[in-house]
Amino acid sequence: MDWLNTISRTFFDFDAMVEVLPQLLGVGLLNTLIISIAATILGVVMGMVVAVMGISRSKWLRIPARIYTDLFRGLPAILTILLIGQGFARLSQSVFGPSPYPLGIIALSLIASAYIGEIFRAGIQSVDKGQGEACRALGMSYSKSMALVVVPQGIRRVLPALVNQFIAIVKDSSLVYFLGLLVSERELFRVGQDAAVLSGNLSPLVMAGIFYLIITVPLTHLVNYFDNKFRTGRRRPTAPTSGLKEVKELDAASPLITGSNT
Amino acid sequence: MNLTSNSATSTSTAHQDIEKFHGSSLELQNLTMAYGDVEVLRNVSLNVAPGTTTCIIGPSGSGKSTLLRGVNRLHEPKSGDVLLAGESALKVKPDVLRARIGMVFQHFNLFPDHTALENVALALWSVKGMSKSEARERAKRRLAEVGLAERADHRPRDLSGGQQQRVAIARALAMEPEVMLFDEATSALDPELVKGVLNLMAGLGRRGMTMLVVTHEMGFARKVADQVVFMDEGEVVEIGTPTELFDNPRSERLQRFLSEVL
Repeated sequence: MDWLNTISRTFFDFDAMVEVLPQLLGVGLLNTLIISIAATILGVVMGMVVAVMGISRSKWLRIPARIYTDLFRGLPAILTILLIGQGFARLSQSVFGPSPYPLGIIALSLIASAYIGEIFRAGIQSVDKGQGEACRALGMSYSKSMALVVVPQGIRRVLPALVNQFIAIVKDSSLVYFLGLLVSERELFRVGQDAAVLSGNLSPLVMAGIFYLIITVPLTHLVNYFDNKFRTGRRRPTAPTSGLKEVKELDAASPLITGSNT
Repeated sequence: MNLTSNSATSTSTAHQDIEKFHGSSLELQNLTMAYGDVEVLRNVSLNVAPGTTTCIIGPSGSGKSTLLRGVNRLHEPKSGDVLLAGESALKVKPDVLRARIGMVFQHFNLFPDHTALENVALALWSVKGMSKSEARERAKRRLAEVGLAERADHRPRDLSGGQQQRVAIARALAMEPEVMLFDEATSALDPELVKGVLNLMAGLGRRGMTMLVVTHEMGFARKVADQVVFMDEGEVVEIGTPTELFDNPRSERLQRFLSEVL
């Protein structure tokens, strides 16, 4: 059973795993969550702007949104992160200080906003045209009808897709390590990798992987739950009713509205 | 169909204070409308006196709905003019114009994530600038008028088609419009509920609302309309009183139409 022994020492070295645990919890998990959540929030805000530009009637808004989306969706994440992270290093230094951490977040949010913009756009465009028309017929401006009625409906139905996007960001956040992070800024992957160099086996990385799964797997199931709920759980079953009930209700109201005694 | 079946029960006390509407006049002058290069409405001229009801009948695709959408400029006319209370509707801002014209759609177009009350109140605070509590008060009164006081907190999906359409009528009326447009308002309703909604519409006419009603309900047109317009192929074929059109149709096209539908 030599190979079994080798596998267990390579991937499941218990001592090495325990040793890296505090760092993974205190530094890695914390930074992964900070980077992912910050990038998601920025990505959602920018994505909403891109989406609204993308459905605008003006081509001067539509075309830039299209190019932006094509660019950041079409490039590999690692390339964008390196270009942004190293290309703007000097600029970032004068604003944020020497750490590449903020630039990593920005690069991730640029990528995310391209995807999230498309998610929002699809959601908004899937809202029945009659909704916007009803708003306009009541005298609402285009922007009011969008903000109060159309966009909220669009967002609600893309919530599952947004959670999926968050999962993708959590995984992509590992790429930020390419920018060279300070010891205290390392995210899960970097912490695991550093420890793996010391322990001489891959167990710390396996441990880091487990942490990723702890974040992503429950979210995946949450998405499925929401998806089902939105699709089927919306309507409470109602007992069959007689149409006469409503006819009576109308008859009761009609004298008032018809004013037929005049 | 007896559209005033409630007159016997309407002598009770509650409705001596029935509010009168102040409908405005509406005039279409050589209105022509096009989708792209296709002219779907050609040179339509029509005069609607204040507080009267005009029913527009005709086969599908004859331009009836397009005509309504030209009046409140949901679709911009290509040429011609629309006069609301004697002034050109094409010279004011569309949003301002639409706040003065109520519209009711075939498929209700209620906002699904708002309650009945919120559906009515939304434009009151967002367009008319009422305070939210004021808007809710007025919305409540309007819902009570259409017999839905008890369903104010229901969402559209928990209401029947007839109830939804009554919410939609209340929503339009709450804006205190000078003209009401009905676009096949009863075509999507349960047969049992059609009469109730038509009664409600007839009552609005009696209370002094100017109404332009696109309908397939010939009984309604005959009993309630002051003027009936028969359209075909984007043009007005015949205009007259219900008696003139239904009992003595002059054109062969209308004779043919009536022989098919009556």
